[in-house]
Amino acid sequence: MSDPVIELDHVNKWFGAFHVLKDVSMRVGKGEKVVVCGPSGSGKSTVIRCINRLEEHQKGRILVDGIELTGDVRQIERIRKDVGMVFQSFNLFPHLTVLENLTLAPNWVKNAPMKEATETAMYYLERVRIPEQAQKYPGQLSGGQQQRVAIARALCMKPKVMLFDEPTSALDPEMIKEVLDVMVELAHEGMTMVCVTHEMGFARTVADQMIFMAEGQIVETAPPAEFFAAPKTERARQFLGQILGH
Amino acid sequence: MSQPAPKTPWWNDRANRAILYQVAVVGLVVLAGWYLISNTLANLAARNIATGFGFLVREAGFAIGESPIAFDPADSYAKAILVGLLNTIVVAVLGVILSTLIGTIVGVARLSGNWLVSRLATVYVETMRNIPVLLQLLFWYALITEGLPEPGDAFKPIEGVFLSNRGLKFPTPDWSGLEWLVLAALALGVILAFLLSRWARLRQAATGQTFPSIRIGLALTLALPLLCWLLIGAPTAFDRPQLDGFDFSGGHSVSPEFVALLTGLTLYTASFIAEIVRSGILAVAPGQTEAALALGLKRGQVLRLVVMPQALRVIIPPLTSQYLNLTKNSSLAVAIGYPDLVSVSNTTINQTGQAIEGVAILMAVYLIVSLAISAFMNWYDKKTALVGR
Repeated sequence: MSDPVIELDHVNKWFGAFHVLKDVSMRVGKGEKVVVCGPSGSGKSTVIRCINRLEEHQKGRILVDGIELTGDVRQIERIRKDVGMVFQSFNLFPHLTVLENLTLAPNWVKNAPMKEATETAMYYLERVRIPEQAQKYPGQLSGGQQQRVAIARALCMKPKVMLFDEPTSALDPEMIKEVLDVMVELAHEGMTMVCVTHEMGFARTVADQMIFMAEGQIVETAPPAEFFAAPKTERARQFLGQILGH
Repeated sequence: MSQPAPKTPWWNDRANRAILYQVAVVGLVVLAGWYLISNTLANLAARNIATGFGFLVREAGFAIGESPIAFDPADSYAKAILVGLLNTIVVAVLGVILSTLIGTIVGVARLSGNWLVSRLATVYVETMRNIPVLLQLLFWYALITEGLPEPGDAFKPIEGVFLSNRGLKFPTPDWSGLEWLVLAALALGVILAFLLSRWARLRQAATGQTFPSIRIGLALTLALPLLCWLLIGAPTAFDRPQLDGFDFSGGHSVSPEFVALLTGLTLYTASFIAEIVRSGILAVAPGQTEAALALGLKRGQVLRLVVMPQALRVIIPPLTSQYLNLTKNSSLAVAIGYPDLVSVSNTTINQTGQAIEGVAILMAVYLIVSLAISAFMNWYDKKTALVGR
């Protein structure tokens, strides 16, 4: 395997006295798609929020594209430029138009001229199939449209990795598909992706690796075919029984 | 079988009722107004008091302690009231600017992760907003007039500056009439800095290059007057305050009343503004900061480009109320003898006996000033409003 884009080595984290992450280690290679699942409170969101330092880990090492995440502000900013993130609650900037949401970071962080940033933005809006909404404000869009804008906003920074933190959990059922379609397309183009999601259909289609977490630990790592057909641990069997049970 | 719809009696019809209520309300208001006016006129007639605003052009006959424009006891009452209004406006404008600055700093400090900083800010807010502002004014006034030494033993923090119970005295430049050139250079610097920031925005849009327009603008604002001062030969002559008997002469002075009023109003209002700023920043969802950071924006950029524009929406309406409060609270100046609008109007009423006209002028002036502030802030609020909800 070539050099991993993301490498976590015995990462530990505490919220006060609560031990959220216990010795979490994983490697994500270039172009690999990893789906992290597990019951609520298992620490799966915390793991991916550590990858771009929205959360600080206390023990262990995290390397992104060969750069270690430490307290060094410059390093963190460099890594964040290369790591795109999509949130459960979209987090679009409500005071800016869709287009301005997309051009803000390229213009301020990458110093792209507005003309170029706008062209890139329109390209990605086409890709997520809502170029006609460019001049609207986020509050005027549906949830599914907002999440697609959020994906486009992250892509405008031309990231090497995309992190998805339960991107469909806040959506109405009929809007989940339009977001997943965009994510599947992205996966097929070779983007490196780490997704926290309960969309098992999506996981089956695109994942190279399933990571199952419980109580702050990685319990099981396996290719999806294996994971879904014959989970090795009782904990994973129980979890799959609950989410696929009906 | 369809039956004809039952006929609604006219008094149960919504539209008719609305009209009925409005007619009743207007009728009551007119009645109350007529009662007040006729009663007043009857009483004035019974006491043989002449009404009207003719007194305004008569000679005031009293001196005013401080004034932004020249005032002489021989001037009219109208001019005396104008001086009072100007004094009020000076205190209100300076108070609004200073309390906004202090309030913003304290409000952000209260959210600081630093234990000491946030506790200090909390203590400030809880002390200042829980003590009546009138007491605070009396406190500052007493502190200045009782706590500071006599002019003979005045504090001299810098050569030529005197702090005593007669207020603050400081030297003014005396550069053979060329002081205005330096002031003009300062104004030019401010204008250039403003143009520079616009240019920087356009350049960033065109090339993507950011420009430190705030730092360079600030340097420009300071460097231009300095250059101008050097050009006129770097004069160092000052009109210095001199101890002359029991008080100072020369230089410029700020009265204890003004300092006490400005300090009291500013510190009091700043504590409320601090809470408004804090609530505004907290009202912006934490996800906004996270999303902006995840895109690689620096902390300062996140605050300036993402958090503040959204916080302002929440901050501006209550901030407007605080500006209005400060302006109206400045009428408490009467308690410590600062010649503001209320103080001058009181004197006018005492001398002329025209209480109704005096109070009417007071009310009208405060109403106009307050409505002007409201109008400006509402305009600014509309500018920062969100679209699409």
